[in-house]
Amino acid sequence: MAIDISAREYTTIREAAGPLIVVEGVEGVSYGEVVKIVTPSGEEKTGQVLEASKGLAVVQVFEGTSGIDTSKTRVRFTGDIMKISVSQDMVGRFFDGLGRPIDGGPEVIPEDRLSVIGAAINPTARDYPREFIQTGISTIDGMNTLVRGQKLPIFSGAGMPHNALAAQIARQAKVLTTGEPFSVVFAAMGITHEEASFFMHDFERTGAIERIVAFLNLADDPAIERVITPRMALTTAEFLAYEYDMHILVILTDMTNYCEALREISAAREEVPGRRGYPGYMYTDLSTNYERAGRIKNRKGSITQIPILSMPDDDITHPIPDLTGYITEGQFVLSRDLHRRGIFPPVDVLPSLSRLMNEGIGPGRTREDHSGVSNQLYAGYAEGRDMRDLVAVVGEEALTSRDRKYLEFADEFEKKFVTQGKNEDRSIEETLDIGWDLLATLPEGELKRIDEHIIKKYHPKYRGAR
Amino acid sequence: MREKGVIAKIAGPLVVADKIRGCEMYEVIKVGEEGLMGETIRLDGDLAYVQVYEDTTGLKPGEPVIRTKAPLSVELGPGILKNFYDGVQRPLEDIGRKVGDYITRGVYVDALDRTKKWNFTPTAEEGKEIVGGDILGEVPETKVIKHKILVPPGISGKILELKEGEFTVNDCIARIQTDGEDVELKMMQTWPVRKGRPYKEKLDPEVPLLTGQRINDTFFPIAKGGTGAIPGGFGTGKTVMQHQLARWADAQVIVYIGCGERGNEMTEVLEDFPKLIDPYSGEKLMERSTLIANTSNMPVAAREASIYTGITLAEYYRDMGYDVAIQADSTSRWAEALREISGRLEEMPGEEGYPAYLATRLSDFYERAGRVKTLCSDSEERIGSVTVVGAVSPPGGDFSEPVTQNTLRVVGVFWALDSTLADRRHFPAISWLRSYSLYLDNLSEWFNKTSSSDFTEQREEMMSLLQKEAELQEIVQLVGADALPARERGTLEVARMIREDFLQQNAYHDVDSFCSLEKQYLMAKIVLQWYDQANEVIEQGIGVEKIEGMEIKGAIARMKYVPSEEFMKSYEEIMRDMKDEFEVLKRKEVS
Ligand SMILES: Nc1ncnc2c1ncn2[C@@H]1O[C@H](COP(=O)(O)OP(=O)(O)OP(=O)(O)O)[C@@H](O)[C@H]1O
Ligand SMILES: [Mg+2]
Repeated sequence: MAIDISAREYTTIREAAGPLIVVEGVEGVSYGEVVKIVTPSGEEKTGQVLEASKGLAVVQVFEGTSGIDTSKTRVRFTGDIMKISVSQDMVGRFFDGLGRPIDGGPEVIPEDRLSVIGAAINPTARDYPREFIQTGISTIDGMNTLVRGQKLPIFSGAGMPHNALAAQIARQAKVLTTGEPFSVVFAAMGITHEEASFFMHDFERTGAIERIVAFLNLADDPAIERVITPRMALTTAEFLAYEYDMHILVILTDMTNYCEALREISAAREEVPGRRGYPGYMYTDLSTNYERAGRIKNRKGSITQIPILSMPDDDITHPIPDLTGYITEGQFVLSRDLHRRGIFPPVDVLPSLSRLMNEGIGPGRTREDHSGVSNQLYAGYAEGRDMRDLVAVVGEEALTSRDRKYLEFADEFEKKFVTQGKNEDRSIEETLDIGWDLLATLPEGELKRIDEHIIKKYHPKYRGAR
Repeated sequence: MREKGVIAKIAGPLVVADKIRGCEMYEVIKVGEEGLMGETIRLDGDLAYVQVYEDTTGLKPGEPVIRTKAPLSVELGPGILKNFYDGVQRPLEDIGRKVGDYITRGVYVDALDRTKKWNFTPTAEEGKEIVGGDILGEVPETKVIKHKILVPPGISGKILELKEGEFTVNDCIARIQTDGEDVELKMMQTWPVRKGRPYKEKLDPEVPLLTGQRINDTFFPIAKGGTGAIPGGFGTGKTVMQHQLARWADAQVIVYIGCGERGNEMTEVLEDFPKLIDPYSGEKLMERSTLIANTSNMPVAAREASIYTGITLAEYYRDMGYDVAIQADSTSRWAEALREISGRLEEMPGEEGYPAYLATRLSDFYERAGRVKTLCSDSEERIGSVTVVGAVSPPGGDFSEPVTQNTLRVVGVFWALDSTLADRRHFPAISWLRSYSLYLDNLSEWFNKTSSSDFTEQREEMMSLLQKEAELQEIVQLVGADALPARERGTLEVARMIREDFLQQNAYHDVDSFCSLEKQYLMAKIVLQWYDQANEVIEQGIGVEKIEGMEIKGAIARMKYVPSEEFMKSYEEIMRDMKDEFEVLKRKEVS
């Protein structure tokens, strides 16, 4: 696209409302164009054209409209669309939500300037994700396996340890066959300083900081900027993955704040809202971030995404988790009940799911008993949880002896399989073996989800005999 | 009348064009310097509102817009099968070859390859009188599909010349003398996507579309030419079910529409279909399939068009006399695209922001399904069908929302996905209590005749056992299972067997993924036989625990993993062993 060099400057703001300004008398403005704004006090702001018509432009201002007036504020249309300068040297660096360095280091010398709006990957060019990532966390590796190129969010709630879980994944994640570590692209949207420094300390402590690119928009940073931050991060991730063959883990936190920013813009534009005031296009908008995860044929690198979102009111049907779940390839759901009972990580395996698990596990990838063990643990725990509910109504006496076995099974499962240390890095074999120890407490006839020959080979009873 | 206008305004996928009076509704418009493809969706004086099928970033007011004077259409001819299109029939593999791994805008590639030669064999004769829909000849399009070259609707006359040999889709293969001028026909024709292709007569649904899925075929069958909906919250199994239908349905042609869903899911189909074998033809599934992918991150306007593109392709194969099945995943994303565009048009919103015409659009779409006598000379008769199954993604899994409700008003089968079942990994998570098939009565004759005279009877018995179970569960929740009388515990036991050993079907299991109708029938027979004998034993006063602990239950649980071809043998074995084990139980009690 040709860039208009004679950048045009106006002082004709007609209206400012919420995060938007309307500029009149403009000419040659293009849809999506980047705008620089200078307030009378000299403050510089950045914006983007949301609607372009003859003589009129609606601009969203990332830093908010405070300080903007309708007579002296200067608005310059840059003729350029939203881009980020990328380079391999960004690894190990910290940027603000719009991609400007905040670590006191030098400006990035760009190898390329890329549009932050990612074009859609041609579905025929995608490579189906199927390489097992070992996170060292049993509830994930054993029952909701993550694979390279997958997008798998953490559904959490205020006050739950999603950050600790995400940091543990970032620290421990590796691909078994190669042992290659991931580099992490970290995008913070509206999280607190405390949360951000938790991550940074953790990354520093483990040396991961050298393999990290961080984009930080914190709670007191401009809210509207948050709609761009994940795009900055993902564009950088794509560059590193596909130009430098790196395997990138992208952590986006907290997507709830991102969605709130979308809602704010939509409300200011007086758009017809979809559910609960969120814009009707939120699904599409979210997908243009989440769908940037994946693998591409004949390219070595990959992008794996772990978005984190806090469910308002712990409600999984709230539009933010709901629309996310409709796009991502599964979800890890944290449970307040487990958390209250002191269980870490409080992953509730029942509503959790990894849709790409099937292809990533089994002989040659993890172990041949993986799928059977996972299904059986799941069935057993589900049954045990039912029994808990039942006991609450009818009392333990009304249970049959079979029922009671399951009740115990659920308790043990939470104690031994779910619970693990924040630095405990379990191999997939360890995880599966813990699974077998638990399954061995059930009558063998109950293990219907595991093939007989697998039982004969892995069940502790027979293993001992061998 | 003007050929050209200018852009007055750009807001997302909507562009308002000025000075272009005379445009038609749904006319294709080239927008901006790059000539991006769009379609008019509202006219107002000199203004035309255009939905653009590509990203509009960078467009400026004042750039030109140009009329094409043609409605949004698809190209019909050999080369559709085994192909992979976006929502407006752009071939994605060719686009990839041209511009690389990302879909960039402003790229145009013909839907049908203009250079490929096809072997055309005439079946009509020169001198013959023909009308629209008549077959001129055939092309072996794939290993399983003979592509019939049809006279386009609206054309009739005498065949002056009919060629034979190798031609491209654009070469003339026949000349027709009509009332007016002589017409040259090619193998390719075009058709506007928003208009259903004509047919002679709609027929009643009498034949099921078998799916190889037990809960669908035995419990809630869909007819060839019927319509069905699969609503369910995220992760409940809509896509897996659609993939299963695309794999195993006994249709001759499959049109799979990925409408606003995940890229990887389309990749999965692309990887699987060239490998998996169609149980009916013995050839690769890809030989009978065409895929349309407009993933969630691709332009929304093209997503809106995708289901029309898909159904038009389907109608075209129907007109050749084929049974075609369409899977649309997900119609909710289509509806959202409609809502987004409607919002940009500042139309008066209806329920949940959807436009008031949502219901009409939905029913217009599903109305294009059907089993029909196709267009052709009266001396001939051809029957073809289009079966449509749409996935629905209700927000929060709540079926009371407008897309689900308006869909249910028009479709014949409701496969209700239940998130509680999915959470328990009971797959397919189709709720047997909420789902229904309006075709049941129409189809039962076919089932009883083709499978076995008690097919329907068995189905009803299983259904009533499941209903009984639901009632009993309420009591169990209050007092525990122990408190129930033996007979009721027997019912609970058989209902569990129906759920786990019959209804649950693992799409990822090599064998269980597909279940022949005969195997379905025999499996049901085994379960019900077990129940009859269990009841007999219970009558004799034998403790329920004995029955609950029977060994044969293991064999019954594993019967789904026996391949359909070998099932008869297993059936006989299980029946025999079952009888023996019950005999032993009875004898023990007597002695
Ligand atoms: N028949 C089946 N057999 C085995 N597993 C299944 C089956 N159906 C669904 N599943 C499991 O459920 C998961 C989710 O299914 P699917 O992707 O079809 O959900 P969906 O309803 O399409 O969700 P979304 O609306 O988010 O696209 C699958 O990845 C798989 O693990
Ligand atoms: Mg789906």
